[in-house]
Amino acid sequence: MTLYLFYFLSFLAVLSALMVVVSKNPVHSVLYLIMTFFAIAGHYVLLNAQFLAAVHVIVYAGAIMVLFLYVIMMLNLNADTEPQKGKWLRVAATVAGGILMVVLVGALRSAADTLPVTAHDNQIGMIKNLGKVLYKDFMLPFEISSILFLVAMVGAVMLGKKEIK
Amino acid sequence: MFSLQSISSQIHEWLYGHLPPAFALLSEFFIVGMLMIGLFAFLGLVLVFMERKVSAYMQIRLGPNRVGPKGIFQTLADTLKLIFKEGLRPKNSDKFLFNFAPYLVMMVAMLLMAPIPFARNVQIWDVNIGVLYISAISSISVIGILMAGWSSNNKYSLLGAMRSGAQIVSYELSAGLAILSIVILTGSLRISDIVASQQTGWWIFKGHIPALISFVIFIIAVTAETNRAPFDLAEAESELTAGFHTEYSGMQFALFFLAEYVNIFIVTAIGATLFLGGWMPFHIGGWESFNHIMDYIPSSLWFFGKTFFLIFVIMWFRWTFPRLRIDQLLNLEWKYLLPIGLFNLLLMTIIAILGWHF
Repeated sequence: MTLYLFYFLSFLAVLSALMVVVSKNPVHSVLYLIMTFFAIAGHYVLLNAQFLAAVHVIVYAGAIMVLFLYVIMMLNLNADTEPQKGKWLRVAATVAGGILMVVLVGALRSAADTLPVTAHDNQIGMIKNLGKVLYKDFMLPFEISSILFLVAMVGAVMLGKKEIK
Repeated sequence: MFSLQSISSQIHEWLYGHLPPAFALLSEFFIVGMLMIGLFAFLGLVLVFMERKVSAYMQIRLGPNRVGPKGIFQTLADTLKLIFKEGLRPKNSDKFLFNFAPYLVMMVAMLLMAPIPFARNVQIWDVNIGVLYISAISSISVIGILMAGWSSNNKYSLLGAMRSGAQIVSYELSAGLAILSIVILTGSLRISDIVASQQTGWWIFKGHIPALISFVIFIIAVTAETNRAPFDLAEAESELTAGFHTEYSGMQFALFFLAEYVNIFIVTAIGATLFLGGWMPFHIGGWESFNHIMDYIPSSLWFFGKTFFLIFVIMWFRWTFPRLRIDQLLNLEWKYLLPIGLFNLLLMTIIAILGWHF
């Protein structure tokens, strides 16, 4: 049952990730990206990490993608108003993307030989255990990363502020 | 004594006694799904009727009074009319998104029903991240609204959706902080634990003034999140005709309308669960006989009574306050509610650590 769910979610994630790139309308791309995030959240649930899944949905699907959607809907992007890239650029992009894919495939081929990671504790994704790990073992990195967020927030406010004369 | 728990456990035992386990599970899914759809239809009919009667009472009118005794079948007649109407679609709209948006909004509302405790031990899914699940799912409804507004290809719809998006994204923070203060007191995200912790008294009484503050913030924030007056800028009739659902007609419009009322029910049910004890009867410590009498009232009645009281409060807001301007709305959230909420959370943490609550 879990295996079928895994295949279904993976198929959904890959398909919608492809559709993000392929679809012509940017709004459709964003909606497909939201679908990808949901499929990944489903993977987290399969790994028994419900907290991570919920936070993933709140942060990515709920907040970041809504802002994306917001901006793209406001921009009114159309094929005739946007500057179109030349033909040689498309060829170059395809070649570059293909090379990157070759590198990735080459890198990930060896990953198949390594042992699958088995969590030593399958309750680690539960919120209580996760909180203990975050606030005991990784206290300093956790706090530093929250300061990073604060800095980003202050920076955004500074950029958004009107010029003081 | 009447209780939903005994009925559900009887059905559960009967099904597992007469059917193979897989079929029994499937038929339970089916029954729960049917009950949910039934509850949705019932809530839509009742809440729309209630809104019209409440508004009529506040404006010293009679309200609907022609169809059925006291007009109770008015919303049924309206629904029938909406079902038979033609669903129109603007010519240059995005066909798939336009048709899908109302269903997405409804799906979100249905998913939110899962962790709500309707009575003692009557809950569809008691997930261990309960309130986090609620805030995760409810943040998706804004995508449906943006979809509807953009795909209609109408500037009023787009503006309404944009306003709605800004409003929901900002007020989500305050609602989240208010919920978090109760989570701090309880020490658990699971809904059944939160209800069980209010055995000796509801959090709004036990948590002193910080609980009261977070309750007020929660009610303001959810009123804004459900796009209701005085925060109904998303569909401000005098400015944007009907906001994001201007172009919808027939049953698709009805779905948006239904989703709005079901969402009101859900957020007030969450408020009642977190602050007013959910299905927990009203208890006063030490008054044994009084508590015993209160226990005789069925838990489902307690839950629905509290929820409908909060729904009444939110309707009261709608018919007594004038609509805010968009800048006033955003100022209220970012300059007042959010700082108060953050400070309140800190205060609540101190109270929880020192154990000053009852």
